[in-house]
Amino acid sequence: MTAAKPRLSAHPWLIASSLALLILISVGFFAGAAVAQDEAATPQANTTQTTAPAGLTVTIGYLTEAIPEPAPLSLVEIVAKDKGLAGAKVALADNQTTGKFLKQTYELKEKTVDAGGDLKAGLDDLTGQGAKLIVADLTADRLLQLADLPEAKDLVIFNIRAEDDGLRLKNCRANIFNVAPSRAMKADALAQYLAVKRWMRWVLVSGSNDADKAFADAMRHSAKKFGAKIVEERSYEFKAGSRRSDTGEQQIRKQMADLTQRLPDYDVLVVADESEVFGEYLPYRTWDPRPVVGTQGLVPTAWHRSQEQWGGMQMQRRFEAATHRWMLERDYSAWVAVRAIGEAATRTGKADPADIRSYLVSDAFTLGAFKGQGVTFRKWNQQLRQPIVLASPLMLVSVSPQEGFLHQRTPLDTLGYDEPESACHLNK
Amino acid sequence: MRRMRWTGTLVCVALLTSVAAGSAQAFTAYVSNEKGNSISVVDLDKMEVTATVTVGERPRGITLSHDKKQLYICTSDADHIEVLDLDTLKVVTTLPSGPDPELFTLSPDGKTLYVANEDNNMVTVLDVDQGSVASEIPVGTEPEGMGVSPDGKWLVNTSETTSMAHFIDTATHEVVDSVLVDTRPRFAKFTPDGKFVWVSSEVGGTVSIIDAATRKIVHKVTFEIAGVRKETIQPVGIAITDDGKTAFVALGPANRVAVVDVASYKVEKYLLVGQRVWQLAFTPDNKLLLSTNGESNDISVIDVADRKVTKSITVGELPWGVAIR
Repeated sequence: MTAAKPRLSAHPWLIASSLALLILISVGFFAGAAVAQDEAATPQANTTQTTAPAGLTVTIGYLTEAIPEPAPLSLVEIVAKDKGLAGAKVALADNQTTGKFLKQTYELKEKTVDAGGDLKAGLDDLTGQGAKLIVADLTADRLLQLADLPEAKDLVIFNIRAEDDGLRLKNCRANIFNVAPSRAMKADALAQYLAVKRWMRWVLVSGSNDADKAFADAMRHSAKKFGAKIVEERSYEFKAGSRRSDTGEQQIRKQMADLTQRLPDYDVLVVADESEVFGEYLPYRTWDPRPVVGTQGLVPTAWHRSQEQWGGMQMQRRFEAATHRWMLERDYSAWVAVRAIGEAATRTGKADPADIRSYLVSDAFTLGAFKGQGVTFRKWNQQLRQPIVLASPLMLVSVSPQEGFLHQRTPLDTLGYDEPESACHLNK
Repeated sequence: MRRMRWTGTLVCVALLTSVAAGSAQAFTAYVSNEKGNSISVVDLDKMEVTATVTVGERPRGITLSHDKKQLYICTSDADHIEVLDLDTLKVVTTLPSGPDPELFTLSPDGKTLYVANEDNNMVTVLDVDQGSVASEIPVGTEPEGMGVSPDGKWLVNTSETTSMAHFIDTATHEVVDSVLVDTRPRFAKFTPDGKFVWVSSEVGGTVSIIDAATRKIVHKVTFEIAGVRKETIQPVGIAITDDGKTAFVALGPANRVAVVDVASYKVEKYLLVGQRVWQLAFTPDNKLLLSTNGESNDISVIDVADRKVTKSITVGELPWGVAIR
């Protein structure tokens, strides 16, 4: 985790005045949400039609590792075995629909390596089938191993899973495009909303796994950035248990009350439990009556099944018709990755990694992704700029950036580490 | 009791008077309320809502029948088209449309409805008299905008995720050409002379003007409003005056309608209307233009000659489409 540089007085987002916040509160959630796209989002000059050469084939690889993922605590949540891949397939079909009018063909090659298995062999398999545009459904360490292979040097890799901030900072790579939002983007999206609500005194409860700690770090950074105060921190030590039991409910209730007893006065409980061990148990079981936000409760996410704005219903329905389940966050990131490839190939008529890469970082690239504005890539770290949805279990609550948080480039850049804070300087 | 009867008579007299006055030359606007599941009937003499009719789920695109006696309504979540009799204000029949009809256009002879089915990448060709599907045309992903040429020979459909305007020969029902436009095209409108098609791109923030003969983009209209963030400028509905001289473009969350000179493509004025302006329609005499403002639950009345917003009228929840007779 790169340390935050507290340049508070200089931060443009702090220009957000109380007045702007008050206006937002009175205007309501959705009016504030329908805003903002990048300065680069409108290709003005391109007044000629682009016609792709006949017979172009775009081959996309999907690489993942067979590592077990914890099932959601709640039995109401679905356990998807094809998280990510399902989104890539739906996007592939969308690309094919477009492609048939341009005589372009799109294909997807899948490869799963064993847990801890040989990534190079997996990649060779995909490149051997012609895939030089790789959607990587991998954790951060494995993603870096892949990107640093000599064979991967001239490929374009789309990170749809790893949210680690390091991948957007000193560990960024020229051959990685980060489609998944970073933890910092998510934490900032949540913190902006809490600032708008004036829920500025937080208690932070973290799990003990690395991912939990990383999310807690991101929340601490956001608290500094937006002026919230973490009045106390607690940690929950994981005791492995099953997803359900006949008599567990009473025990859990008591445990959660104990965990949250004798806290200083606070507004909101921020939970950092990416491993889904206890966070879902917190709402309604805290000692004091306080809302729960973070990895459970009100969550920041790239996508949620309640997202029906800006044509989102069409995406949800198309996905459900194809897969018979609802679309999860990783599915959405995979969809965006494959559609970004499609958009680049459609507009340029080319499929070489170098051509796709240069189009994606150009001012011409903008993708409609059901967020009320086009999504684009930050040039300096190749992170997808996108609004972040804030959702309760059954409802979309708001969308960040919140109105009044300003940035000289686009309000979207108030989410996550900004260029001056970053040691990553790609595409200079 | 006596007083009640007396009041009733008064109401009847008032109604009769208004009907008599209305039948002379008054125009009536019909507004679909996407979330309210209703159609608001607006008397444009009185400038007020005179009736609210409950219809099927999620009414969006609406258009008048050729004889102007009926209103066709895309009730998107009901997966069909409802036909509202405008004298009785009752839904008299439904037409098959394919899933999730969003927007449609009526052929100039009034016999065919071309329907965009957002969910299955199809344009459904509907024989209005037979009440049956004549054909289905595969197009791009999320078809939405529908424009038909004045001679009825060409249909232009836009597909949102594919970012194309598809030119469809209405005789063969084949897509003969597809023009790439900016991201998320929402609406297609032929100029009255049939020579050009105006296509709005919501996320791209532009209007592409396509030569209908060569199917090349001849110009892109861009918009810039002082004090309004560029990313909120999202063109959707387009209306062009019958004389072909002036176009009006609804700019979505920018809460403005742009006035564009058709000959020079120059944006001459931005009119401040309600929030998230979607669709537009002229009165038959072209003197007034109405805009539906989804977030503020109202319609704005624009004086076309003066280029001024003269009134806003509250309608139902999330107004979407508008038609005027």
